[in-house]
Amino acid sequence: MAEKGVKVFGMWASPMAIRVEWALRLKGVEYEYVDEDLANKSEALLRYNPATKKVPVLVHDGKPLAESTVIVEYIDQAWNDGYPIMPADPFDRAQARFLARFAEDKCNAALFAIFVATGEAQRKAVHEAQQCLKTLETALEGKRFFGGDAFGYVDVIVGWIAYWLPIIEEVSGVTVVTDEALPLMNAWFGRVVDVDVVKATLPPRDKLVALNKARREQFLSAAA
Amino acid sequence: MAGSGELKLLGAWTSPFVIRVRVVLNLKSLPYEYVEENLASKSALLLGSNPVRKSVPVLLHGGRPVNESQVIVQYIDEVWSGADRPSVLPSDSYERAVARFWAAYVDDKVGPAWLAILFLSKTEEERAEGVERAVAALETLEGAFADCTKGKPFFGVDGIGFVDVVLGGYLGWFTAIDKLIGRRLIDPARTPLLAAWEQRFRTAEAAKGVVPNDADKLLAFRETLLGAPLDIFQNRVTL
Repeated sequence: MAEKGVKVFGMWASPMAIRVEWALRLKGVEYEYVDEDLANKSEALLRYNPATKKVPVLVHDGKPLAESTVIVEYIDQAWNDGYPIMPADPFDRAQARFLARFAEDKCNAALFAIFVATGEAQRKAVHEAQQCLKTLETALEGKRFFGGDAFGYVDVIVGWIAYWLPIIEEVSGVTVVTDEALPLMNAWFGRVVDVDVVKATLPPRDKLVALNKARREQFLSAAA
Repeated sequence: MAGSGELKLLGAWTSPFVIRVRVVLNLKSLPYEYVEENLASKSALLLGSNPVRKSVPVLLHGGRPVNESQVIVQYIDEVWSGADRPSVLPSDSYERAVARFWAAYVDDKVGPAWLAILFLSKTEEERAEGVERAVAALETLEGAFADCTKGKPFFGVDGIGFVDVVLGGYLGWFTAIDKLIGRRLIDPARTPLLAAWEQRFRTAEAAKGVVPNDADKLLAFRETLLGAPLDIFQNRVTL
C-alpha cells in the first residue's frame, strides 16, 4: 500500500529544515510537518535517514530524501510546473549552486564560531563572518534578491541568516551586519523576512532567543 | 547552446576534485585544454577565475569560469546532454536527488578523513583515527552501493555516474594511503562490493591517465605539500 503525500521531518529552530518548508510553500505543496526532539529522535526519522540521522528529511509518497540543499533542488524538479526556484540557464544554475555551497561551507562555520566563542576568538570569527557576507553581498548588486527580482535558490538556502543572525548577535553580544559595513546584505535581510513564505514559517523570536541563549551557555561552560 | 566555446580546465594532477571533472569530460568525449597549476604559486588566471575560493578545479567554458567540482560536474552534465552522450546524473528527479545526497555524503565524510590521514594527523593515533573514520564512511557507502545498484557495476544508472566520479576522484590518493598504512583502505574483507567497484573504476576508459596509481610518486608529492605553507590546506583542500 503506497504511502502518499508529503511529510517533512524537521525541528522548529532549525534553519536547514525551514528551507524545505519555504521551497514547498513556494510551490504551493501541502505537507505534514513532524517536529523532532533531536535529543530523542523518532524511529521514523532514523528509519528514513539512517546514514546521517539528521533533519530535515522529506518523504514524498513514501520515498525519503535528506540534505536540505538536495531536497530544495528535488522540490524544484518534482513540481517543475510551479514557482521556479533554480535559474533556468545552466551557467546561472552553476553560479547559484556555487554561492550556496560557499555560504554553507564558509559562512555557516563562521557564524557558528561567533556563537560558541568569546574574546579574541570571537572577534576573529566576527571578522571571518563579515568577510564571507561581503563576498555574498557582491552577488546582490543591482538585485532585490539573489534570484533577481524574485526569491530564488540562493535566497532559500541563505535566507535563514536574515532572521537568525540578529538573534546570534543579540545572544553572543556582538554586531556583525550594519548598514555601513554591509548595506546590501542589510537591505536584503529586510526583504527576506517580508517574503510571504518566510513570514508564515519563522519561529517565534523570543523562543528562539531563549533556546540559543541556553545553547551558548552550554557551549561556553563545556569549553571552560 | 551546448558545446559552443572552448573548454579549459585548471587543475592539479592529484586533486580528487580535479580528477572527478576530468573523468566526466572523458565520459562526455569532450576535448579540453588542461593546465596544471602549481598550488604553492597559483596563476593569475586561477586567482582571477576563482577569487572566492582560489582553488582548483576551475572549468573555463568560452572563457567563463565555473567553480566547485560538484557544481562543475553538474554543469557539464546539463550542457552536454542528449542521446549521443552518457548522462552522469539520472534523469529521474528522485534518483538524481539520491545521487546528490550520496555525493554530499562522500565529500562530508570521506573528504575530511582523507585529509586527516595524509596531511593533518601529527601522530600515529591521529592517523589511525582518520583511517577508522574513512572506513566507517566506506562501510556506509558499501550499504548504499548494495541498495542502489542491485548488481550493476557502478552507482550510476547506465555506467559511471555522479557518485562514482565523486568517490572515484579520491582513488588516486587512496593508492598512497594504501602504501602508507600497509593495507587497502577499501578493504575487500570489510567492503567487498566497493573493492570490486574500485578495480572497475580504475580500469575504466574514462579514468585512464587521470586517476594516478603510482604510490611512490604520490607520496613524494605529498612530501612537498607537507613542507608547504599551511594555507594550502584551507579552502577545503584541492590537493
